[in-house]
Amino acid sequence: MMALRDNGPLLEVEGLTQKYGHQIGCEDVHFSLYPGEVLGIVGESGSGKSTLLRCASGLMQPTAGTVRFDTRVDGLQDIYALSEAERRMLMRTDWGIIFQNARDGLRMNVSAGANVGERLMAVGERHYGSIRDVSSEWLEKVEMDLGRMDDLPRTFSGGMQQRLQIARNLVTKPRLVFMDEPTSGLDVSVQARLLDLVRGLVRQLGIACIIVTHDLGVVRLLSDRLMVMRRGRVVEQGLTDQVLDDPQHAYTQLLVSSILPV
Amino acid sequence: MSMTQEAQPWQAPEHDKPVEQVEGYNFAYLDEQTKRMIRRAILKGVAIPGYQVPFGSREMPLPYGWGTGGMQVTAAVIGENDTLKVIDQGADDTTNAVNIRRFFAKTAGVATTEKTSDASLIQTRHRIPEKPLTDDQILIYQVPIPEPLRWVEPRETETRKMHALEEYGVMHVSLYESIARFGRITTAYNYPVQVNGRYIMAPSPIPKFDNPKMHQMAALQLFGAGREKRIYAVPPYTDVKSLDFEDHPFTIQSWEENCALCGADDSYLDEVITDDAGGKMYVCSDSDYCAERREAGHVGDQGEPQTPAQKGAAE
Amino acid sequence: MYVAVKGGDKAIENSLHYLADIRRGDRRVPELSIQQIREQLPLAVDRVMTEGSLYDPDLAALAIKQANGDIQEAVFLLRAYRTTLPRFGASQAIDTGAMQIRRRISATYKDLPGGQILGPSFDYTHRLLDFTLAANGETPEAPTSEEPVADGMPRVADILDHEGLIELDLPDDEDGPVPDLTRESTSFPADRATRLQNLARGDEGFLLALGYSTQRGFGNNHPFAGEIRMGELAVSFEPEELGFEIEIGEITVTECQMVNQFKGSAKVPPQFTRGYGLTFGHCERKAMSMALVDRALRAKEFSEEITAPAQDEEFVLYHSDNVEASGFVQHLKLPHYVDFQGELVTVRELRKEIAAREAAERTDDDELAAAE
Repeated sequence: MMALRDNGPLLEVEGLTQKYGHQIGCEDVHFSLYPGEVLGIVGESGSGKSTLLRCASGLMQPTAGTVRFDTRVDGLQDIYALSEAERRMLMRTDWGIIFQNARDGLRMNVSAGANVGERLMAVGERHYGSIRDVSSEWLEKVEMDLGRMDDLPRTFSGGMQQRLQIARNLVTKPRLVFMDEPTSGLDVSVQARLLDLVRGLVRQLGIACIIVTHDLGVVRLLSDRLMVMRRGRVVEQGLTDQVLDDPQHAYTQLLVSSILPV
Repeated sequence: MSMTQEAQPWQAPEHDKPVEQVEGYNFAYLDEQTKRMIRRAILKGVAIPGYQVPFGSREMPLPYGWGTGGMQVTAAVIGENDTLKVIDQGADDTTNAVNIRRFFAKTAGVATTEKTSDASLIQTRHRIPEKPLTDDQILIYQVPIPEPLRWVEPRETETRKMHALEEYGVMHVSLYESIARFGRITTAYNYPVQVNGRYIMAPSPIPKFDNPKMHQMAALQLFGAGREKRIYAVPPYTDVKSLDFEDHPFTIQSWEENCALCGADDSYLDEVITDDAGGKMYVCSDSDYCAERREAGHVGDQGEPQTPAQKGAAE
Repeated sequence: MYVAVKGGDKAIENSLHYLADIRRGDRRVPELSIQQIREQLPLAVDRVMTEGSLYDPDLAALAIKQANGDIQEAVFLLRAYRTTLPRFGASQAIDTGAMQIRRRISATYKDLPGGQILGPSFDYTHRLLDFTLAANGETPEAPTSEEPVADGMPRVADILDHEGLIELDLPDDEDGPVPDLTRESTSFPADRATRLQNLARGDEGFLLALGYSTQRGFGNNHPFAGEIRMGELAVSFEPEELGFEIEIGEITVTECQMVNQFKGSAKVPPQFTRGYGLTFGHCERKAMSMALVDRALRAKEFSEEITAPAQDEEFVLYHSDNVEASGFVQHLKLPHYVDFQGELVTVRELRKEIAAREAAERTDDDELAAAE
């Protein structure tokens, strides 16, 4: 996948602030994301990284600031100024969201194949055979046993559910995928395999990605750039290796020396 | 009946002729203001085919789920010169159909009929008559659950949004599931349709056998859901398409047998158990269609040429 | 020869006669009068009036009689009558503070202005069957107090109000028309007036179970029965052409104000919140259940997480009405043989296919290929 505009950002976040009453979810966050780029957002729980992800992914309207996305037809558009119909269309075609809890991202009462095929049907595909072919293709890409295609997700392990979520999101070849703690709650060995898979797919398809995690291992493996959040604010950002190997902010230094509780 | 007068010994009205209207209630039971409100909802429904119009459904002297929606629509459109036919499961003589016909005979004093072709209004539960309807007839469906998306999404707030945004992918997900599991779409009744290329609509629990009759029907089709407080409509000559996949097209039920009484091979058949040893026979679900055919001289395997007894049964 | 089942007309007629006959029962036992039901089954009458949402003890008693004592059926009868009545307008809001109290208890204060008044209550009966009632013993008149009930009987919620400890109880829209859910279809999110109307008509058993569920942790609710009061009060109406209000009658009501903890939010300091219940007549269990559910349904207003059925507006409002519920559950008795036939055809086809497949598998591979 090549970006439509070679030079411009895919997503542009400016002055993003979310308040819950007097409490600050996140405050005055700025960043741009370019096509094919992977951005990691790290911080301990309560640092505001999940709030930021929800605001940036269209799930929660921020108190202030803008989130602009490079739409295929009209270029950069404030996603909260779009009509709900347009926003929902965007979310099921050009965007993907992979939730920490697979139950939030999958239809647990329909088969794996239907979970993957849903987006195709939502954009008008009406040929059962080809929906099935494309679904199988994607299940293979995420290394799932095709024999399980007609099984319900609840019969799957946590790692399989996450892989199914990935297939379900990538089937419409989105340009941007949000991931919220995609590997937490999984065994270490399963995590490693999943991360490997995600890295492969993201590179191969040139998908831009925002990954929120408390796990520095995840961002070291996947992300090009890194943002460190604390108490709702971005305290440091830069190239991943640079931030992790030569942290400037005292908090990042603490984080990197891994003495912080997650 | 749950009218509040002291129970009087009740006299059955004779069909096919108007009876004296009951005292103390407005023509066709509902007050005129309510009828106007319902007519406005109907007009809106006709203007936006397949869209579910919320309306101030009244409490009727009939339990919810028994046709209160259809009754309100009938009450709103019926006039003194109308001839009413009421069917349940295709038949005029099922108790609920009899009861609703009695209700209108009593409260509106209109003529009633069992003949499809003689009726100007037909209120139905679960069937569309076999005989094609004409452009001077209105077909009124009783609807238990008006929301075709209800089985995939229980929340009204969400389903209304899905309709508004035409987010119907999930309907095909359920059809996909059916094919993946059974090799075919197994929905046998209340088979979802798309009306005029826009709204997905529940046709009420008619068998899918009847779905093709809705497409480009000459008669106006009105749908009333009393408990759920929704009215919707399909104007005459409107496209009604049953959902399917290109490689798994919509099909209707068929039987190897013909009607045992009239020999029809083109009508929806009811299975009648004749003994406790697995004996059964098939007869037309549309009682008027069957009777008309027999009168015209058609005879099935177990039917007899017109005899007085049979004439009585077919009346 | 087969003759189709006929005679629905006659069957219905006979069924109605049979039902009436059973209602009358053994003719050697004197027939119940409407007055007897009204006077001697007052709580049944109150429940029918409340859920039937029509204040008329005589009609409610008639409905109970006509329904053979089936309370839900009686509610239905009253509703079907009510729906035909013309609407002249809405009465003035009743002032429960001005109630002539028959019962008034508070669980939040030991004593309070006006005192605790036990009134008629099952609470301290020992639930021992009283065989003297079976023997038709005459019940002695209840003694009356020497002292009259205090004039000033402030509502407990008003006492808390003075200190600002409880949220203000203001109508959403004082001048706007009162919504009438029997005339308009409810849309969501529903305002509180609509919710309270729905709950007031709602099935007592359903609300009781939901209220109970909030106490057991399905929906976090920490209620105190601030006050339960029951008694008589006047209803006034202001006809447009008159321009001033006139008293049109007196009704008995039961009111329950639940007081609930609230830890405060960014905008509001910690204070108590209210759950409200009101019924016709003496329906204390219903009023209390209603107050619990009302408070649970206000979760969104207080930014509380919605996790339990009692907090779920669509779930509660769509399923509380026993006339709707009873009709739809019982419509399963209606013939469904057309639909069932459709299912039969499908199941037979599926079974036939499977049988054919199995048969084919038993034969050799060539035939299997041919069968497919």
